[in-house]
Amino acid sequence: MTILVIAEHNNQDLSVATLATLAAAEKVASDLSSEIHMIVMGHESNSVCEQAAACASVKKVLSAQDAALENPTAESLAAIVVANADGYTHIFASATTSGKNFLPRVGAKLDVQPISEIVSVESADTFTRPIYAGNAIATVQSTDSVKVITVRATGFDAAEATGGSASIEDINVVSQISNNSTFVSQELTVSERPELTAAKIIISGGRGMQSGENFHLLEVIADKLGAAVGASRAAVDAGFVPNDYQVGQTGKIVAPDLYIAVGISGAIQHLAGMKDSKVIVAINKDEDAPIFQVADYGLVADLFKALPELNDAL
Amino acid sequence: MKLLVTVKRVVDYNVKVRVKDDHSGIETANVKMSMNPFCEIAVEEAIRLKEKGVASEIVVVSIGPKQCQETLRTALALGADRAILVNTDEEVQPLAVAKLLQAVIAKESPEMVIMGKQSIDGDNNQSGQMLAALLDWPQGTFASEINVADGKLAVTREVDGGLETISLTLPAVVTTDLRLNEPRFASLPNIMKAKRKTLDEMIPADLGVDITARVKTLKVTPPAAREAGVIVESVEELVEKLRNEAKVI
Ligand SMILES: Cc1cc2nc3c(=O)[nH]c(=O)nc-3n(C[C@H](O)[C@H](O)[C@H](O)COP(=O)(O)OP(=O)(O)OC[C@H]3O[C@@H](n4cnc5c(N)ncnc54)[C@H](O)[C@@H]3O)c2cc1C
Repeated sequence: MTILVIAEHNNQDLSVATLATLAAAEKVASDLSSEIHMIVMGHESNSVCEQAAACASVKKVLSAQDAALENPTAESLAAIVVANADGYTHIFASATTSGKNFLPRVGAKLDVQPISEIVSVESADTFTRPIYAGNAIATVQSTDSVKVITVRATGFDAAEATGGSASIEDINVVSQISNNSTFVSQELTVSERPELTAAKIIISGGRGMQSGENFHLLEVIADKLGAAVGASRAAVDAGFVPNDYQVGQTGKIVAPDLYIAVGISGAIQHLAGMKDSKVIVAINKDEDAPIFQVADYGLVADLFKALPELNDAL
Repeated sequence: MKLLVTVKRVVDYNVKVRVKDDHSGIETANVKMSMNPFCEIAVEEAIRLKEKGVASEIVVVSIGPKQCQETLRTALALGADRAILVNTDEEVQPLAVAKLLQAVIAKESPEMVIMGKQSIDGDNNQSGQMLAALLDWPQGTFASEINVADGKLAVTREVDGGLETISLTLPAVVTTDLRLNEPRFASLPNIMKAKRKTLDEMIPADLGVDITARVKTLKVTPPAAREAGVIVESVEELVEKLRNEAKVI
């Protein structure tokens, strides 16, 4: 029996999230003593294929290369996976905006009910996943013959990325490229700081920051700590920072070693994205703010006074 | 163009849900129910397209128990023209939702379907993508801006790295993200008018769809609780604790 893991990458590097997804696949593989294959869909992404082949648990890499896959559409990705799905008992992707976009299409085409954002593998057909913004954890069992699954990266430690020597096999994908959906452009946030989902320390600002300029107070601290900067929905909606800063139920799910929430009240939807952080610090002038109920260390203070002090103390 | 919009009745987003003592699910007795926030955004976007003259008719669909009539009436009060309830008390999983909507679409022939990107109960984020796949239509998910021009649909999408714009042929499925618009409230006269708008009802069997659940929920448990922390008196104390107690900086 064989398991397929879909690689996520930028045509140069395999993403960290893919290694967490691979770790989930390894749990199923050890349960079923099956083999893991990884599919890399991209354009001139040979280095990604090599990284995939080097993963300790990967036995074969399927390389799907086409110019149209430089910025692939969900329609193309899903069609390629479906065309190559024969013989796989499980199909895994990361629960990123990319995985969430195309994997349900794969499920529909295979007449399978996918399982989203698993945080643990109980057995080859049973998984746990958060529901209601993480206020409950459901243990679910798939009755479909193929399991189609997205994996929440915070639930798994990264799989071993070295020591493997998988074969790389080219697959032809021309007939699966969509013509009803085309990529036009993208506006990616460029930052020298670590990515939110990969950062060990995150400092996030909320509506209490009052403006985009004031995020500078967080950025200087982030740079001293090697941290990423995040935000609440209110801060993003107000235009202080771009959408990809949002942490929460509908933003990024993070679990760093240290999460510092500044001027964030702690709505359920925000907590859903950060409450699995190892250590949580809250700085808020309202001592009744719900964020203090999940904080390991709370500081009741005006952030405009506390942040410069914190910057000086580091 | 004719639009089809979907709305789901869910536990209100302000409610802190409680897991039932027997771990069979979530306590829903006497809990406030509302339209899923992402569906509100879908309804609003459809109304704006109608106000701009892009859309001619808005059909709103809900799948679920009788009480979904209220959710549909809300959508009608906001500006949808006609409603359809696919009535069932069974749990309907996203694959079945997609199949039911596919069957409704076969009768209604809309040129665009607007749905919420996820419902805040199951948090699956699947139905729109699955519907698009069953119909072989393109999809524009997690939309923060949509524009119809020259028979094409441009969708700006919220992705992990920032924003992405794609161009779709019509018909297509769009799923909404939070920043697509800010939904309006229904006015009293419109709430009254909505009572006279058509609301058709059918059951899954009328549409020839088997909605048997494919995924079994074995149990539902509360998440691991965090232990209460401490309140520090100063920034100095905070830094000291982070360095020497938590050892995270
Ligand atoms: C469907 C849906 C999905 C959502 N998804 C998300 C999500 O993914 N992520 C998310 O974050 N939210 C999400 N939300 C929104 C969420 O419900 C809250 O509205 C939001 O998190 C509030 O952001 P905030 O804490 O920054 O703002 P507020 O709740 O306004 O809190 C601001 C805080 O700043 C404090 N403050 C103000 N000034 C100062 C000062 N000078 N010094 C110190 N403290 C100060 C205040 O005491 C207050 O506690 C979602 C909502 C819905 C309906």
